[in-house]
Amino acid sequence: MGVVTPFPHKEVHQARQDFPLFEQQPYLAFLDTAASAQKPRQVLAAIENCYAQHYANIHRGVYKLSQEATAAYEGARQTVAEFIHAEAREIVFTRNATESINLVASTWGRKNLKAGDVVLLSELEHHANIVPWHMLREELGIELRVIPIGDDGGITFDAFENALCEKVKLLAVTHMSNALGTCPPVAEMVKVCKTRGVTTLVDGCQAVIHNIVDVKALGCDFYVFSGHKLYGPTGIGVLYGRYELLDAMPPYQGGGDMIRTVAFDKVTYAPPPSKFEAGTPHIAGAVGLAAAVDYLNSYGCENIFAYEDTLFAYATKQLQTIEGLTLYGMHQSRKAVLSFTVEGLHPHDMGTILDQYGVCVRAGHHCAQPLMKRLGVPATTRASIGLYNTKADIDQLMTAIKKAKDLFAHG
Amino acid sequence: MDNLRELYQELILDHARKPHNFGALADATHHAHGYNPLCGDEITVHLKTRADGTIENITFQGQGCAISTAAASVMTDMVKNKPATEEEKIFQAFHSAVTGQGGEENLPTKLKVFAGVRDYPMRVKCATLPWHTLHAAMHNQNEATTE
Repeated sequence: MGVVTPFPHKEVHQARQDFPLFEQQPYLAFLDTAASAQKPRQVLAAIENCYAQHYANIHRGVYKLSQEATAAYEGARQTVAEFIHAEAREIVFTRNATESINLVASTWGRKNLKAGDVVLLSELEHHANIVPWHMLREELGIELRVIPIGDDGGITFDAFENALCEKVKLLAVTHMSNALGTCPPVAEMVKVCKTRGVTTLVDGCQAVIHNIVDVKALGCDFYVFSGHKLYGPTGIGVLYGRYELLDAMPPYQGGGDMIRTVAFDKVTYAPPPSKFEAGTPHIAGAVGLAAAVDYLNSYGCENIFAYEDTLFAYATKQLQTIEGLTLYGMHQSRKAVLSFTVEGLHPHDMGTILDQYGVCVRAGHHCAQPLMKRLGVPATTRASIGLYNTKADIDQLMTAIKKAKDLFAHG
Repeated sequence: MDNLRELYQELILDHARKPHNFGALADATHHAHGYNPLCGDEITVHLKTRADGTIENITFQGQGCAISTAAASVMTDMVKNKPATEEEKIFQAFHSAVTGQGGEENLPTKLKVFAGVRDYPMRVKCATLPWHTLHAAMHNQNEATTE
């Protein structure tokens, strides 16, 4: 008889040990997970294993190795589907969330939107959820409308309702702001959209790393995220689409794997998700992403998110003790992201100085220029939390900010 | 930390806190707007030149980090009352020094404080943005970018 462990999960505070980077640089305070996460050994091993032991091109290979690779790739799709409570046939692998949004814009958007239709966005959006719609505006003459945020970086349900009008055909909104960490009331917004026949796309890049995501409960039509922020590899992203919608959409790119039959005078397309995956996909990327999901499940997502919330509360409290420091986006929905400025210290100078003290943060507009304009700042410094961060990282950030202030105060 | 002190020398911090020649220029003959799309730093350079091309007056406006603000401030001090050819020469020497291509020896003393920037590749464009913008203004281009 084996020993039954009283705790099914490993302890989250030990997760740092899983990351080779921190083995090499134990004192690195990596606080830039909102941009891209570090990779655990388990993910790296899965990628190496894919290439070293089970690699061949997928689909149609009659030999065992190709079948193994196909099983790994399609198994990854199943893992990702379960992670967000979707069906495997509703998961399209893309390069990243940006490509997922562009895919929806150029297929669903071109087919279903016409001049005068409105795409409703929010002031929190990342450029990736603005520019594809702007390009459709140039092409089709659609209009963009923006749900305003409050001074606290939150979006109220009223603000959303006020922005909604008859002409709105698509709501494309973030589930969690990358620049502020605030979360719009997406579930309520989607519910209203459904009753009014408005299609919904949710940008889950940040939300998926700090929340349990259930696309069926949320009820949205499309949900997008990138693998690399979820501790997976770069170059792999996810588009979830309700099957009915995916099935009715025209293909994205043409090529192999996305067809049923090809003749010079006629082509028929494969059903989703293959219809949207022309050419050899990022097989090892999908496998790596599935390994990342398995990795998170080994700790239990609830445990990870609870750990991060505690650390985030600590970080917020600490930063608030620094004189001259302003935190942005203090709406109660905020998570994992600390966007701040310090009086007399430009965020880029701050970023350079923090780096000298082993603290990695992002400084700039965070690909959200309209949001920065709304906040009335050219840039902020952003520290963001991942499952490998510890109180020591936050203390190191605090020390470094104080040193930066010191340097600029006294020279 | 020593390398930070080398980057953020007292003179740079002084200029960043209280930039010289900061503001509009009523009788300007040339303007250019400079923008670094990577970080959002913005600067507008206003110039008044004489018929012979000498820079009679120069001011700047905008927002940026300590490096770019100090670079703009020192630049305006240096090129005032200098002929256009002189400006070109100084810029070339400055650009070489901060990008690590050339030594400090050709650098006017006032610009030597910026030599530390070469150890911070991400910050080189902060230091050169004002100069690119000045260059654009001198050549009647309205826009300058560091990309």
